[in-house]
Amino acid sequence: MLMNLQKAEYILRRLLTSVFVLLGLTVITFFIARVVPSNAAALYIGPKARPEDIERVTKLLGLDKPLPVQYLVYMRDVLKGDWGTSISSKRPVLQEIASRFPATFELLCTAMIIAVATGIVVGVISAQWQGKWLDILVRAASIVGVSVPAFWLGLLLQILFFRNLNILPLSGRVDSDLRFTHPIMVTTGIYLIDAIIHQNWVALKDVCLHMILPALTLAAYPASLIARMTRATMLEVQSQDYIRTARAYGLKESFIVYILALKNAISPTLTVIGLTLAYALTGSFFVEIVFNWPGLGMFTVRSLLNLDYPAIMGITLFGAIGYVLINLLVDIVQTWIDPRISLS
Amino acid sequence: MRDPILRIEDLHIEFRTSRGVIHALQGVTFDVMPGEIFGVVGETGCGKTITGLSVLRLLPRSARITQGNIRFEGVDLLKISQREMRSIRGGKISIIFQDPSTSMNPLFTIGFQMNKVIREHLKFSREKARERALTMLAATGLPDVERIYDSYPHQLSGGMLQRAMIALALSCEHSLLIADEPTTALDVTIQSQILQLMRELQQKLGVAMILITHNLGVVANMCDRLVVLYAGRVVEIGESRSIFENPQHPYTRGLMSAIPAPGSRGNRLSAIPGNVPIDPGALKGCVFAPRCAFVMPRCLKESPVMFHLSKDHASTCFLAERGDLF
Amino acid sequence: MAIKESISNIQSLDTPPQSRRTLVHIAQVILRDPLALLSTIIIIVFFFVAVFAYQLAPFPEQGAGKSNPATAMLDPSPEHPIGTDRLGRDMLSRIIIASRPALVVPIVVVFLAVIIGAPLGAIAGYKGGWLDEVIMRITDLFLAFPFLLLAMSIATALGRGLDKAAIALIVSWWPWYTRLTRSIAASLSQRYFVMAARSIGVRDSVIILRHILPNCISPILVQATIDLGLVILAMGGLAFLGLGTQPPAPDWGLMVSDGRTFIFKQWWLSTYPGLAIFIVVLAFNLLGDTLRDVFDPRQYR
Repeated sequence: MLMNLQKAEYILRRLLTSVFVLLGLTVITFFIARVVPSNAAALYIGPKARPEDIERVTKLLGLDKPLPVQYLVYMRDVLKGDWGTSISSKRPVLQEIASRFPATFELLCTAMIIAVATGIVVGVISAQWQGKWLDILVRAASIVGVSVPAFWLGLLLQILFFRNLNILPLSGRVDSDLRFTHPIMVTTGIYLIDAIIHQNWVALKDVCLHMILPALTLAAYPASLIARMTRATMLEVQSQDYIRTARAYGLKESFIVYILALKNAISPTLTVIGLTLAYALTGSFFVEIVFNWPGLGMFTVRSLLNLDYPAIMGITLFGAIGYVLINLLVDIVQTWIDPRISLS
Repeated sequence: MRDPILRIEDLHIEFRTSRGVIHALQGVTFDVMPGEIFGVVGETGCGKTITGLSVLRLLPRSARITQGNIRFEGVDLLKISQREMRSIRGGKISIIFQDPSTSMNPLFTIGFQMNKVIREHLKFSREKARERALTMLAATGLPDVERIYDSYPHQLSGGMLQRAMIALALSCEHSLLIADEPTTALDVTIQSQILQLMRELQQKLGVAMILITHNLGVVANMCDRLVVLYAGRVVEIGESRSIFENPQHPYTRGLMSAIPAPGSRGNRLSAIPGNVPIDPGALKGCVFAPRCAFVMPRCLKESPVMFHLSKDHASTCFLAERGDLF
Repeated sequence: MAIKESISNIQSLDTPPQSRRTLVHIAQVILRDPLALLSTIIIIVFFFVAVFAYQLAPFPEQGAGKSNPATAMLDPSPEHPIGTDRLGRDMLSRIIIASRPALVVPIVVVFLAVIIGAPLGAIAGYKGGWLDEVIMRITDLFLAFPFLLLAMSIATALGRGLDKAAIALIVSWWPWYTRLTRSIAASLSQRYFVMAARSIGVRDSVIILRHILPNCISPILVQATIDLGLVILAMGGLAFLGLGTQPPAPDWGLMVSDGRTFIFKQWWLSTYPGLAIFIVVLAFNLLGDTLRDVFDPRQYR
């Protein structure tokens, strides 16, 4: 009872901090969007800006007004959902983002599930076999994993699995013929789920095959980092007094490692998982380009290419908000694992 | 005479470190009788904790038992399988560590941790184990045991935690309890309460207890017999009363004069000069010689052997052999 | 006199971490560990190649960007060991010349990030109170962004170019050093030698300069070593996205991106520049790991 009250209070406090962080975050995006560029209005219209357009946009964004007023205008627009209009598509930026997000979300989630599962399992095994060849192998693999550029790894996998072995598709979310033979009914925008909901098994198989390489490419970095962290914390936890106590009281070794020690090791690992999500989010940009994946990353790169300034600022804001929310979620999950956290 | 419940014979333990081999224990021998409180005394680094851990085969990876044997209820603990050892740990022999705040897992409730151990060794059902745990918690004088059962370690004070730890240590009808500095990490006011509780429960349940401590005052009040360790060797062993009345080793005497006694205000407490050698194996002759106030030429050349003053009192000092000390 | 004596007593109880013999110690550790030795050799070779790039490259002009249509898209041959690109430039020369920005930019970025971040962290950790609060909340805001996303949008706002990308990286990188330094400074300020200095009235600025910052150097050095690799990775990423280095100047990330179209026939166009990034980053990570084991900055976390 007391615990739950403390927990609720902690979560509430954490929510409040997140609101402040989000507010502060918009100050930074505001600065990048409106103050840093020498002529923000021109950037907002794009390369073909005429003087009268610039004047109009200057008025619209309040760029002739003092900074605090400009910020209020910016905030009002952000809260209203008016994140500007994409220069290249002439559609509202938020709408563009929303339409592409499911594809990125699907890729990101799959990659993170793979990364968390393998990272933790491999990290635990590595710690159990500390100093043995398996451990050395895992450590070598994980340091390779954090050193390899995602865009390059993707290319290598394409060469190997498409060109040389020809067992996996090159790119895209689905085969181009699938649209005619077994079209996916879009309900959620997440093809894996859509295919299951509509029991489109042919499509499901195709979606899965297309998912393998991009998801593995994207998972490499987070998986390595999580494995390293899990290994390190497992080793540290196992040297703790309470693990010695558990051994001294004759509990089964498997119970000690997989329940008692692992629960203690998970908490710091969770923080790393939150951190790797940030990497994965930006990593997905590169993976999407390499694998022609029609998500936010492709959109970002196209926007960068076309100097689509409103779109880029929209993506920045969207990514930052997403990241804050993820960290909030991680912290809340942690209160379930570690009862001490809600006290700090 | 009854058989000892625990017999440690000529135990040698080495640590392999990056700087070479350290001889932590060199021929430690003693018996613990059923139902008695047996003290293991010495400064930090004398090998007390190592002795306690070796009984449960919980030595750190770098440690090796190179010689000797440990017999518990007639079974050689160094020869049995890992599986048999596991049933003895927590089933027959239990241990209480120095710092209760780190020896309980912070992410599980007290109840969960006790319950698991009880079910493991007594093969109780979950509910029966819970009842047992609650009974034991109550026996240690803890109030509101149901709440404590569902508490996490960080929610309890050090004294309460150590009581819970004692409850755990006595919950499975053990025959030997090893208490490794059970009160050192606690407030002074709580120390005596905990010690008293341990003695009460020990007598009630008839458990033999090994009390490891650096505090001779604690030993004097609690123990039937004791062994004084110095640098991994037995320097004096016997009945506590005999040792306290007539210490037969300069080291024991040094330890005793380092205890502040009531009414001794104004008298300077004497300390033993110097430190415990890190690797006593490198020393020739008596290990205590470098710090001994009574050192003789002979002490630097040969190692003294155990000299029996009586049936229940022995010392490894040439002076004790000659009867010259004190 | 008496004060001095008591200070020296306190110091003998709690000596500040010494760094006098650490260099020797690091060298010993590196020589003992084959992987650390290998990574150190790779880094030395990398430095050497970057410094003498124009002397080492077989076609330095092509490497720097001069196109040569007559030799476009050649397969590997003795003259062009890893072929030529779309504009007829010798790939090996391009990779060698590109090692220069790959060396200089990370050093500049990490150095400036430390210069900005570490003093702020030292002040926050040592002084505590509202100043600490303000500094750390600001760093929190920067850290609330996925790192590369922030760098990307700043780089876009500034306009294209390697210098702009470097600024963007610095702006998004310094908070990490503030956070690291703060945690060390906070624990140091509770240590006896700092309290002793404060108790005899040594000025705060002197304490920070003489006692706090010098003791932060080792952990910062470890982090900086790893970060050099990460900046190379991030730089490659930005260049891959078209930010950062602009053609015709050579850049590993850009070259991977350029060669992507020809990945199945002329696979070497993308593979080798990517391999260069990978090897250098791997070397910095390995060395960083070894240094971390030597210093164990974990104790401050």
